[in-house]
Amino acid sequence: MPINVIKPGLSTTVQDLGRPGFYHIGIPVSGGMDTLSLAAANLLVGNAAGDAVLEAVFMGPELEFTQDATVAVTGAEMPPKVDGVEQAGWTAFAVKKGQVLSFGFLKAGARAYIAVSGGIDVPVVLGSRSTYTLGALGGFHGRKLQAGDVLPMGQGKGGAGKTVPETLRRKPGTPAELRMLPGLYWHRITDAAGERFFADTWKVAPEADRIGYRFKSGHPLEFVDREQPFGAGSDPSNIVDACYPYGSVQVPGGTEPIVLHRDAVSGGGYFMVGTVVSADMDLIGQLQPHTPTRFVKVTMDQALAARADRKRVLDQIAAALD
Amino acid sequence: MKTRYSFGGDEHIFVECDEEMSLEAFFKGMSITTALKEAQIKGVTEICPANASFQVRFNPDIISPDAMLAELQKLEAAAQSAPSTLHTRIIEVPVFYNDPWTHETGQRFRERHQDPTSTDIEYTARINNLDGVDGFVKAHSGAPWFVSMVGFVAGLPFLYQMVDRSRQIQSPKYLRPRTDTPRLTVGHGGCFGCIYSVRGAGGYQMFGITPMPIYDPAQEVPYLRDFMCLFKPGDIVKWKPIDRAEYDHTVAEVDAGRWMPRIAPVNFSLAEFQADIDGTNARIMEALNAH
Repeated sequence: MPINVIKPGLSTTVQDLGRPGFYHIGIPVSGGMDTLSLAAANLLVGNAAGDAVLEAVFMGPELEFTQDATVAVTGAEMPPKVDGVEQAGWTAFAVKKGQVLSFGFLKAGARAYIAVSGGIDVPVVLGSRSTYTLGALGGFHGRKLQAGDVLPMGQGKGGAGKTVPETLRRKPGTPAELRMLPGLYWHRITDAAGERFFADTWKVAPEADRIGYRFKSGHPLEFVDREQPFGAGSDPSNIVDACYPYGSVQVPGGTEPIVLHRDAVSGGGYFMVGTVVSADMDLIGQLQPHTPTRFVKVTMDQALAARADRKRVLDQIAAALD
Repeated sequence: MKTRYSFGGDEHIFVECDEEMSLEAFFKGMSITTALKEAQIKGVTEICPANASFQVRFNPDIISPDAMLAELQKLEAAAQSAPSTLHTRIIEVPVFYNDPWTHETGQRFRERHQDPTSTDIEYTARINNLDGVDGFVKAHSGAPWFVSMVGFVAGLPFLYQMVDRSRQIQSPKYLRPRTDTPRLTVGHGGCFGCIYSVRGAGGYQMFGITPMPIYDPAQEVPYLRDFMCLFKPGDIVKWKPIDRAEYDHTVAEVDAGRWMPRIAPVNFSLAEFQADIDGTNARIMEALNAH
């Protein structure tokens, strides 16, 4: 029995943990921008951590349920309501057949994850239910939701009442801090520019979406002089087109850094100064435009320690909900 | 040519075979990535060849970054002695040069271009000392191109022309990227050609349009039923200039599910190519025409 989309929200898509394995032909990993919140929402309603959920940006959808279900909303603070009655975030609650799930205004964060027991049952494409809108691939007809859409839903078994302890709800600080391993084409900028890059407080620009997050208000980067290599193009920020790692930080023209995210373009001709560590990619998904943000220089050992910390949080969430 | 390794966070290794583009750098990357695929190392999740570099994504919970680096360095040493040959295919791609749709898009974003008073194709002809649009089309479609990378967006091929460096067409990207490019635009930036597989943003010069779909997520196009993307690194492409009438006819045939591209198997040897560029290209074209 399906879910009827009454209002779609601003940009609501079906996402799971992503579609690895096709980056070499330009198909990005996709999946939730904040996979820790996505996994928590699923575990709350008794799903597997990687089942498909709805990712709603800035504004929630309005959904009519045609069967009883257990629902949980994690990630951004955007209070869920059942027939107008507010429900707690990070907590599983019941929605009865015929009831409407809607959302209050966004208070913090950027993306809410809406899990329903049984998961959103769209077809699996190349191993995933995630939506890649640029390629019109996966999810619900390869696009964001529209009013009138009818979403298939699986059969679930989880009940209401479970909650993720407050201490395990990971959020970006103020200013947000993104740990970054310098590298890739870091040698293209001067030492002074490199120091300023980490010292500056940047701000999330309005151009921040699933492809990448752009940051502004920092100092332009000065380049080390060189004769441009054959095939790279004439701008000092150009390179011979190469792959862009997920999380890599490119700086077109040396002015505004862009951190590539889940629907990343897989390659191109702009140099990159490094890569945000895997543990902090979830935090980017919760940044609103204008949020002050700092890049924090780390070593590989620190990056791996951060990765282990994140995994521990996920394990603790799973244990708390078991 | 000196190989440079750099970690992209805790999950990627970026390997630059050379700073500048060359077929030699591409083949070096191709031999190492092929060997890496065959080695089936546990924890490797993505192997992405690029023009003069490549990238490997790995799971550091399964293989440590240092162990991953050591594996790649071992494969690089072994790849030095491997012959640079490929069993590949040549694909003919029809192009309607100087078409009305890319022309209209070019005019809409004219203030973002180096030369707002001319078109992309006239501008690129001029800075490459080619004789106008006709001279450009002759140079662009006169020799085959190598698919040296697939990416940016789903199924988009980057192409490197198989001619001496002095004859290669070069052009800058738009001063600021466009927010729109027609689907199946034939573009060019730096020394690379491309085909935009989907409509969207882009910064390459726009020369024409092909009626031949190269990406179909619905997999309804007959030659994309096995897989939704046509191109893979190592493919060879030959442009075939067509006029408006043939363009319209081909679009109708594609829509009716009747059209198939001309594709022929071919062997490529880098040593043979280096010794005789024109002769190698002639042999590749014979394979296409005999098919």
